[in-house]
Amino acid sequence: MDIHFIKENIPLYVEAAGLTVRIALIGILCAFLVGLFCSMIRYLKVPILKGMVQGYIELSRNTPLLIQLYFLYFGLPKIGILFSSEQCAIIGLAFQGGSYMAEAFRSGLESVSKVQKDTGLSLGMTEKQVLQYVVLPQAISTSVPVFCANVIFLIKETSVFSAVALADLMFVTKDLIGIYYKTDEALWMLVIAYLLLLLPISILSSVLERKVRYAGFGNTSTVSGK
Amino acid sequence: MEPILQTKHLQKSYDGSHQILKDINFSIKQGEVVVIVGPSGCGKSTFLKCLNMLEPMDRGEIYLDGKSIEREGKNISLYRQKVGMVFQSYELFPHLNVMDNLLLAPRKVQKRKKEEIQKEAETLLLRVGLWEKRKAYPRELSGGQKQRVAIVRALLMHPEVLLLDEITAALDPEMVREVLQVVQELAKEGMTMVIVTHEMKFAKAVADRVLFMDGGIIVEEENPQEFFVYPKTDRAKQFLNTFHYAALEI
Repeated sequence: MDIHFIKENIPLYVEAAGLTVRIALIGILCAFLVGLFCSMIRYLKVPILKGMVQGYIELSRNTPLLIQLYFLYFGLPKIGILFSSEQCAIIGLAFQGGSYMAEAFRSGLESVSKVQKDTGLSLGMTEKQVLQYVVLPQAISTSVPVFCANVIFLIKETSVFSAVALADLMFVTKDLIGIYYKTDEALWMLVIAYLLLLLPISILSSVLERKVRYAGFGNTSTVSGK
Repeated sequence: MEPILQTKHLQKSYDGSHQILKDINFSIKQGEVVVIVGPSGCGKSTFLKCLNMLEPMDRGEIYLDGKSIEREGKNISLYRQKVGMVFQSYELFPHLNVMDNLLLAPRKVQKRKKEEIQKEAETLLLRVGLWEKRKAYPRELSGGQKQRVAIVRALLMHPEVLLLDEITAALDPEMVREVLQVVQELAKEGMTMVIVTHEMKFAKAVADRVLFMDGGIIVEEENPQEFFVYPKTDRAKQFLNTFHYAALEI
């Protein structure tokens, strides 16, 4: 193992990791919004849009991110739509992640019982208020474990961004292997870089899940008063 | 005295064929406590849900203070604020602590000031013996405590009529007593209530009038002394006998 080579190339990995994190953050935020929007359309059973959302979810979940990226980067320019590598990566992540987030929210929304909604209505709340103050907070908190798993999954998916010439971690690794034939060193650095990115998120997810559980979201178990 | 809440020819069916409520004519006066009893599946709970407009009626009219209530539109929210409901399974909002459960609807629906509601909520919590639980989450409360919070939550909306749907059905016998005491106190204070229950002793003690329902109709309507001692119909006699046998078996 060439330690000197590793030390020399750490800044390259740091820079690539920065780019990966930036793209992942924007992409996942967009995926979250897409997912929330889609789940609301399905929950409120909006005519026409509901069918379109269903179609999008099936298309998104049943095609690999790599194919979606190829379509965005190489396919769309043929009809005059040009996106940069970064834009493709963000759109791809939002497109792929949106459907997973929508499914996470759907399971959360379905976990809120009809009687909870009826209770909100019986207190004089409007349908919108019931959704805002009763259903959504519970649905989102119930979705936290799936949501966290999706975030980790989507960050791992960023490893295909090099396919659209984005200088991310995978791109740098392939570059170093191609130029210096330092396969072991480059791959170890790649593994460690992803671990350093994902481990804190995994730990944070566990803490968040525990916190949400502690607050009693969706927990109906009875404990005698303190 | 004019009835405060009234239904005329209320009908409700599920799937268009199974008629669960057949032409219910019901009325309750200010300060009156009407207890509805009857076998499971006779339509008691559905009737309460129709009264709260949570279940759409097929036919019939509901009148509050003599005015017919429209089945759709924003008036329903106003109506529900005046006709509160407490459910069998408490249904506190699990993501909010007790105080936030109590503040939510008065703040968001009635746009009242937080300080004012909080003061009132604390007074009511003191009355039902739960002041020290004001910051607890629902999962930290026993069934009886949850149900008392649910009653306080409904009361904070200042309803004219309170509908109680088998509020002790999911509770242990010990907890039943603590909840029923609260309801009895409310009755003494003149709260107008429609109560669906299987607790016959409680029904006898709290009711001004008892309705016996079976097969989606009101079979008998009497004061509790008459109904529980001298039921008129065979069906009511048969129903009450099951409770006597149940009591003997215990």
